[in-house]
Amino acid sequence: MSPLVEVRDLVKHFPITKGIVFQRRVGAVQAVDGVSFDIEPGETLGIVGETGCGKSTTARLIMRLLEPTSGRVSFEGEDITHLKGSRLKAVRREMQMIFQDPYSSLNPRKTIGSIIGEPFAIHGLEKGEGERKRAVQELMETVGLNPEHYNRYPHEFSGGQRQRIGVARALALKPKLLIADEPVSALDVSIQAQVLNLLRDLQREFGLTVVFIAHDLSVVRHMCDRVAVMYLGKIVEIGPGDALYGFPRHPYTGALLSAVPVADPSHHGQARRLLSGDVPSPANPPSACRFHTRCPKAQELCSTREPLLEEMDSGTRAACHFPLTREEVGEIGVRSAG
Amino acid sequence: MSIGGAEVLPSGGGGLEFLDMGGDIAAQSPLQLFWRRFRQDRVALASGGFIIFLIVLAIAAPLVVKGLGLPSPYTENPNLTDSFGSPLGPTAAHPFGVDQLGEDVMSRVIYGTRVSLEVGILGTGIAAVIGVVLGLIAGFYRGWVDTLLSRFTDVVLSIPILVLGLGIGAACAVRGCLKGSIQPGLGEILFIIALANWTYMYRIVRGLVLSLREREFVDASRALGASDARIMFREILPNLVAPIIVYSSLLIPSNILLEAALSFLGVGVRPPTASWGQMIASATPIFNTAWWYMAFPGIALLLTVLAFNLLGDGLQDALNPRTTR
Repeated sequence: MSPLVEVRDLVKHFPITKGIVFQRRVGAVQAVDGVSFDIEPGETLGIVGETGCGKSTTARLIMRLLEPTSGRVSFEGEDITHLKGSRLKAVRREMQMIFQDPYSSLNPRKTIGSIIGEPFAIHGLEKGEGERKRAVQELMETVGLNPEHYNRYPHEFSGGQRQRIGVARALALKPKLLIADEPVSALDVSIQAQVLNLLRDLQREFGLTVVFIAHDLSVVRHMCDRVAVMYLGKIVEIGPGDALYGFPRHPYTGALLSAVPVADPSHHGQARRLLSGDVPSPANPPSACRFHTRCPKAQELCSTREPLLEEMDSGTRAACHFPLTREEVGEIGVRSAG
Repeated sequence: MSIGGAEVLPSGGGGLEFLDMGGDIAAQSPLQLFWRRFRQDRVALASGGFIIFLIVLAIAAPLVVKGLGLPSPYTENPNLTDSFGSPLGPTAAHPFGVDQLGEDVMSRVIYGTRVSLEVGILGTGIAAVIGVVLGLIAGFYRGWVDTLLSRFTDVVLSIPILVLGLGIGAACAVRGCLKGSIQPGLGEILFIIALANWTYMYRIVRGLVLSLREREFVDASRALGASDARIMFREILPNLVAPIIVYSSLLIPSNILLEAALSFLGVGVRPPTASWGQMIASATPIFNTAWWYMAFPGIALLLTVLAFNLLGDGLQDALNPRTTR
């Protein structure tokens, strides 16, 4: 089966400028720097990483909300990187996005009915007044909202309900691809599970392909078939969830998994590998392997030659010259039971 | 309250039950919320009432004048001036007195409402439309479009508007300017007012758009396939309604004053058409003997400007409840 989305060598640099009237470029934030992966139809791909590692930028590049500096995004075999006008509008029917902040992603001056009905209005679907209202109320029911709240405004809803509104809007056009950009990180923990389960149910019901972006590893484990780990604008490890969580090969993946809290008091005191230092500035990333400044296994080679993503015998692909061994994974306390 | 009670009660079926919680609480549109707050502001409410009265007065001016038994504002009556040519003061037949030509001042003040409101509302409307559209474009597209428009605005803002008004008045006095698109009289004044005032609206709108365009609902709309125009006018503009209304209601009185000033200086509305500013101007030389000729149009101007300013303040408070005075 051919992949639904192909991302190749995607690069996004945000220029840093100085000066007010005459701006000159003094550098660039390398938000995404050469990312390649495929998204298979029907799967859920998780993208994890720390704040600022380029997860959201990647999502916005796929959605064409940002223009890539270079690289290519294909959707169903068609290069969409430079589409414009009506061609782009046609592709946008096929892919939708759920946003992180349920408060700023809904227009405060519009009713829920017109927010969820907006995709119909834009694409000229469900033209009749009654027809559109019925379609919107059906969607509201699908995501667990009371259809009678059709004429209410966003401020009258809670965070979880607002996120459901966002989901309904994204599903209105029956897209093939749904990108969820940290859809639950702004919600209460008690509400998170509801929204996550809703997303899972909808994925099954509509046969959606989902890209799920998060910084919470256990949420990603719960949701995703495949997981990509990003660090400073690059994918450091990508592979099936079980393989990646059970036997992480990149030291960064290992460190992330080691930091996941475990709700079991008997695990108290077990060794953890915690990283020291902060994430380097993406405006001036370290040479070669970007992780070498914080990596416990770093050697001279790491700062001179960039590791490429390579197939590991454990089932994932990792970009590391000195991948973790099984003993090391045991030492740092990664619990494959997770 | 019933909401508090609902939370305490054990809900059997899990979280989804809560979604129905607000079922019996009536939904409130922003308009209803605004009205509920505005209703409590007596001063603004009275100002609004006075402005509605003025609008009715302006529309129905001929009827009102006739109903009060006053002569039309253009009826000159030499019998109403004394042997030195000084006009007579207020009497039962002419409550506001008459002017040098024997025209009834009250009737002229009533007709003057028409000019003031027309200039105030129409001039502000034109200025607001220009400012809002250009502000939306500049704030939305940023970059060189913004730079160009903003520098142009700076240039317009540095024009001394009264001097320009006098210049245009002199140049367009006879046949109009720009192939007749600027006619002497009202057209001239509207042109000057629109030119002078769109810049303020532009700056406010541009600033707000710069921040609004970064909100995620703009991205959401774009992801759905919305065009730039749709995002600007259907997504961003509704969020600007409150500041635009507030700012317009504060621009109206300053435009009424500008019209009065221009008419006072002899630009724009010309006799015999009645305008408050022009009446005050022609009352100046005889103020010592005929105070009423200046006093009544002056009071009308003062009350109108005051009412619009107070209404603007009231709208500001009711539309932006978070700001405190």
